[in-house]
Amino acid sequence: MKIESLMADLKKQIVEALNLRHINPDDIGDDQALFVDGLGLDSIDALELIVLLQQKHNTKIANAQDGPKIFKSVRTMAEYIQANASR
Amino acid sequence: MAIHITGAGVVSSIGHNYEQCFNSLVNGSHGIKPLSRIDSRFAGSLPVGEVAVSNEMMTSQFGLQKVVTRTALLGIHAAAEAVQSAGITGTNWRKGFVSGTTVGGMDRSEFFFPSFLKDREAGDLRDVVHHGCGSVTNVIAEHIGFTDFVTTINTACSSSVNAIIYASKLIKHGIVDIALAGGTDALTRFTINGFKSLMILDEEPCRPFDARRAGLNLGEGAGYLLLVSDKVLEAEGLVSRGIITGFGNTNDAYHQTASSPDGRGSFAAMQEALQAASISPGDVNYINLHGTGTVNNDLSEGRAINRLFNDNVPAISSTKSFTGHTLGACGGIEAVFSLMALERQCVFGNLRFTEPIHETGLSPQREFSARPVNHVMSNSFGFGGNCSSIILSRNMKGQ
Amino acid sequence: MRLYIDAIGTIAPCQLFGDKLEVPEADGNVLKCIEPDYSAWISPQSIRRMSRILKMGTTSALMAIRQASLTEVDAVITGTGYGCIEDTTSFLTKITELEENALNPTPFMQSTHNTIGSLIALLLQCRGYNQTFVHGSHSFEHALLDAMFVLDEQPALKILIGGVDEWTESSHAIHSRFGKYRRPDIDGSMTLVNESRGAVAGEGASFFAIAGRRSSVSKSMIESIKTFIGPIKAHDVSSFLNDTHVDLVLCGFSGNARIDQEIEKLMAAIFPHAAIGRFKHLCGEFTTASAFAVALASRILANSYNDLASIGYQQHGNPIRTILVYNRYFAESHSLILMRAC
Repeated sequence: MKIESLMADLKKQIVEALNLRHINPDDIGDDQALFVDGLGLDSIDALELIVLLQQKHNTKIANAQDGPKIFKSVRTMAEYIQANASR
Repeated sequence: MAIHITGAGVVSSIGHNYEQCFNSLVNGSHGIKPLSRIDSRFAGSLPVGEVAVSNEMMTSQFGLQKVVTRTALLGIHAAAEAVQSAGITGTNWRKGFVSGTTVGGMDRSEFFFPSFLKDREAGDLRDVVHHGCGSVTNVIAEHIGFTDFVTTINTACSSSVNAIIYASKLIKHGIVDIALAGGTDALTRFTINGFKSLMILDEEPCRPFDARRAGLNLGEGAGYLLLVSDKVLEAEGLVSRGIITGFGNTNDAYHQTASSPDGRGSFAAMQEALQAASISPGDVNYINLHGTGTVNNDLSEGRAINRLFNDNVPAISSTKSFTGHTLGACGGIEAVFSLMALERQCVFGNLRFTEPIHETGLSPQREFSARPVNHVMSNSFGFGGNCSSIILSRNMKGQ
Repeated sequence: MRLYIDAIGTIAPCQLFGDKLEVPEADGNVLKCIEPDYSAWISPQSIRRMSRILKMGTTSALMAIRQASLTEVDAVITGTGYGCIEDTTSFLTKITELEENALNPTPFMQSTHNTIGSLIALLLQCRGYNQTFVHGSHSFEHALLDAMFVLDEQPALKILIGGVDEWTESSHAIHSRFGKYRRPDIDGSMTLVNESRGAVAGEGASFFAIAGRRSSVSKSMIESIKTFIGPIKAHDVSSFLNDTHVDLVLCGFSGNARIDQEIEKLMAAIFPHAAIGRFKHLCGEFTTASAFAVALASRILANSYNDLASIGYQQHGNPIRTILVYNRYFAESHSLILMRAC
């Protein structure tokens, strides 16, 4: 799957998984910071995103400490999935 | 008015009573082993602190006619020891029971649930009749006959310290003369899976306050103190084993599960306890840490300790390295361990510590050590930012 | 130590505010809350994770704060019988369905009973005393008692105290199997007199801004509280009252004929001439219904209603200055709360 398409899917899934009803998926920038100032997500959201990757993209993250790096932006998430999804 | 401790009872993965637990703490024998009693995909691998007694055995031992929740059984076990050890003979005292718990009867409700999910009429109702936290407390209260005032507190991991705090107030305000206080929690699939989902479980035995700590181990058990007023102490001719001299209850108000980086809630709770006890940080001889072994708690608690104690950090250790994190029961169990430190004049070790956390530089006590102890602080910090701390002190007036 | 109620925030099956009390219509054998637009009270960022009980609890607390014109409080004490059932059920369901694999942490994190009180503290940045009582149908009473202890030490504090419990479909199914409620096919209207077809399940959240000192904003006062484990006798009530004259007894009749008869007999023995009112047809039966009763009693003591026919009280013309709330939860857990007008 092309990364643009994956990123578009991810944006919708993030909004749904984290119940961000006040945010339009299309308004999330590909490289926008998701945590801290960006979308204002927190450590629980990071855990929810780990579950999202496992449930929807067959990609496991064993160590929660790797979260901040992988979830920096939608693009870094997409790149991680493409590199690590189990076949 | 002083709140005297005259009895104590405890059951955990390191012993089924006060003496057994004490001996394990002295010998450095922990109870962390692969999960065995619960039917779970984590059985055989996840390190936990299980109490090595079956429900059937406890039910028969206590002469119970019906099966009750494991949380209640563990509670009865420790509560009965506490009551017996106090040796109160008077029959007219008003007796209160304050118990902390997080799981309540979940150990049985979670059996009911899968059948109920498929069919609303399925599942044995006896598995859910004692689901409520209060219901579990009532079962214990009725068994030990402490029924003049009964209540239950659930503030996550600080539940049983808060129970001890409330019980002290009940005595102080003349609602009861004697109060049994502490807490109980059984291991459940619910909590095991819950903490798994939070990714804060260590796949190995935990390493509280260590630079390479990787999370907590869950545990189960119960611990209670029997508290009395001066009046009861004198009338019964009891020995004051220790005094609850101070306590603090604050809220971190930072995040639903994570502690603030500077441990402001923990700092405030400990400071409040010191002020209530009218002692300074340098007077504390031992801190029984909350010390779960998670990256977040140990850093937060460590920073708070540094800020409060400065150059006067006393001996510190986390006995969760022995028992695992017993959730709602930890405050009660660790209050009993803190009493042991006072009575036996010693401090306990913090297992598997090798290197201090870089940001705090704190080195816990590695091994058991006999030494003079006059004041012990015990910390319990929970989800939802509920931070509580109590101080147990030697009764300096002649015994 | 007296507790002065400065403000109330309530989310209940009936509208407590306004000058009329209307009896709500049950939905089968359930009385569900009239819920506000929560987004008017809680930011989208905070509300997104919240289950219904968390919205109910935090919003009623915020309502009380606003009514009291407070920006902060010094302590938060909460009572809840069953806590966050929806989140608990949701996590249990996932454990079963996903066979302990890749579980979402949010429902677990929010399943602990203290989540309500903690979220309130978080939203208000209240770093003071925080406690949660979970002793079934004495949860709210024990929270009130704790407030008395806290204010006795520090009378100048402002405290938020609340009682919250939610109704869920699955918990209702389980309680129903224990035979607790009237048949759901009975028509929804509830008569006041001789309501004996069985209890109706309810839910609600009531939070109170409490002070230890009387002021110009004090709406009512809680003078004393007592909880009983076994059944209470006339003697228990008279020693509690200590010769205090009571204008109105607000009784927790639940619609269960046998239990309600016991309450009637007891009331007749102690208060042969006093006015007896009832409240559970307004809120339903649940473990923190006494919090609703206190909110209602406070409104009555503040002379808020034109008439009280809807609680079964025939106006005598004399103002109501003292109310005794007598509650029990089915066959267990009796409590007495004595309140006075300010």
